[in-house]
Amino acid sequence: MSEMPEIVTITTVVNETPTVKTFVFDKLFAFRPGQFCMVWIPGVDEIPMAFSAANSITVMKVGDATEALFSLKAGDKLGIRGPFGNGFSPSGKVLAIGGGIGVTPLFTLAASGEVDTFILGARTREELVFADDLAKVSDLKIATDDGTFGFHGFVTGILDQIDVVSYDTICVCGPEMMMKGILDRLVAKGIENRGQFSMHRYMKCAVGVCGSCCMDDHGLRVCKDGPVFTGDLIKTGEFAHYHRGPSGRKE
Amino acid sequence: MIQIQFPKGEIAGVPLKNHLLLAAGILGTTGASLKRMLNLGAGGVVTKSIGPKAISGHHGPALIPVDGGLINAMGLPNPSKDFVEEIAPLKGEPVVVSIFGGTPQEFGTVASWFPDAATFELNLSCPHAEGYGASIGVNPRIVRECTEIVKTYNKPVWVKLTPNVTDIKIIGKAAEDGGADAIVAVNTVKAMRISTELRRPVLGNCFGGLSGKAIFPIAVRSVYDLYDAVDIPIIGCGGVSTADNVLEMMMAGASAVEIGSAIYDSVNVFSEIAADLYSEDGIPAEEIVGCAHV
Repeated sequence: MSEMPEIVTITTVVNETPTVKTFVFDKLFAFRPGQFCMVWIPGVDEIPMAFSAANSITVMKVGDATEALFSLKAGDKLGIRGPFGNGFSPSGKVLAIGGGIGVTPLFTLAASGEVDTFILGARTREELVFADDLAKVSDLKIATDDGTFGFHGFVTGILDQIDVVSYDTICVCGPEMMMKGILDRLVAKGIENRGQFSMHRYMKCAVGVCGSCCMDDHGLRVCKDGPVFTGDLIKTGEFAHYHRGPSGRKE
Repeated sequence: MIQIQFPKGEIAGVPLKNHLLLAAGILGTTGASLKRMLNLGAGGVVTKSIGPKAISGHHGPALIPVDGGLINAMGLPNPSKDFVEEIAPLKGEPVVVSIFGGTPQEFGTVASWFPDAATFELNLSCPHAEGYGASIGVNPRIVRECTEIVKTYNKPVWVKLTPNVTDIKIIGKAAEDGGADAIVAVNTVKAMRISTELRRPVLGNCFGGLSGKAIFPIAVRSVYDLYDAVDIPIIGCGGVSTADNVLEMMMAGASAVEIGSAIYDSVNVFSEIAADLYSEDGIPAEEIVGCAHV
């Protein structure tokens, strides 16, 4: 079965924050929240990205490929492979915790009515993504590192103020050290298997064969076995300690 | 369908748990993923190809699934000497270390890093890395010299060949003359796809190598040819995805097989094939190796 990249045309570019843009395109992809796609920027590279809707991706400028993506405008074309991976599978009462651009897959989960409480974190007020929309579909709590909006501090500061054990599923995506802070708290209460963490690793094939994104200790593939893993699967091994770069070297 | 017995003793110098090895370049970047594949039923595992210096690989897209297979242009990404630490926990397991270089001397340097390897597989066949792989593996003299130099490390040496040559028998014979303990046939078939909408090649490297079911007949033919040309064991590689494929490869002349792209459909492919292939009252595999030669 051929899975050549689907070529899409960008219809709209939305400036979400000074460093985040949403690219809306002209085709729909049937994805499960937490699944990702490979975005081909012709002549540049192909990078993994979360869907922010069936016809859009939301991107933070972090490197050469995303910088090239930021130069594109309506009418330009991209290749999309996917959706890939497992996505979130919440049940019962659901808490979502998203930091930075990691909010994107959780935003789609909340938009489909699957989140009760949402903790959203960002460095500063102007970097908060999707806050207005999230407030409409969940009980939204906001933390900013610099205190320019909401709780002054990290998302874990808000987590410490609520009864996390009352939630059946805790879905998490964001910087790895943020996720580590959350996993530590779930482990302390013995409920790490209720945590569903969306992992990010360097990827090449995205279909589970090349091995670039495998994580220690279990050798699980982030692209195929993940990207969402329960806390018990990642609490030992490389999580929050190291990852591998494009050559496979530990960084 | 015929069923066979599990191997008794070594195959091509390596004590394999069954006749089914994980092929190079598939889930072979980390020690943990290699260990996982052994746990999931691989009889042995071949590592990602390791070279004299760390390489990040080609820009993406680096792999695209196509009808009947996968086309990849990874570009030999590898952590070089750091890989020694990566597979240290696998000491004693049937781990085949795939190595490459641009010269026989570089092959020797990389081989010297892995005293615990069960065997070496020389990548003289990757079709999409300039100066490496098939770009030197089409030259019988270089193939012989690379084999000779790695043989000085006193381990079995397997030589993996490219099908992208006029006569694979000449290259196989060169490896045998260099002292190879086995031939692995074949690596991927040079291939490409073009996006008609973008009017440009899909792969970042423009062209790459085709693997999977689409190349199985090419691999069978290559093994069949080589079986007539060399006296050392042949490991069949290319599109094997069922137990019947394994038998067919063996009848062409393979003593064992490597499996790669079939992982795309199932990470459990080794145990699935083994369940069909083996039986206590099966026949010894040796009875069918090369039996199709008429």
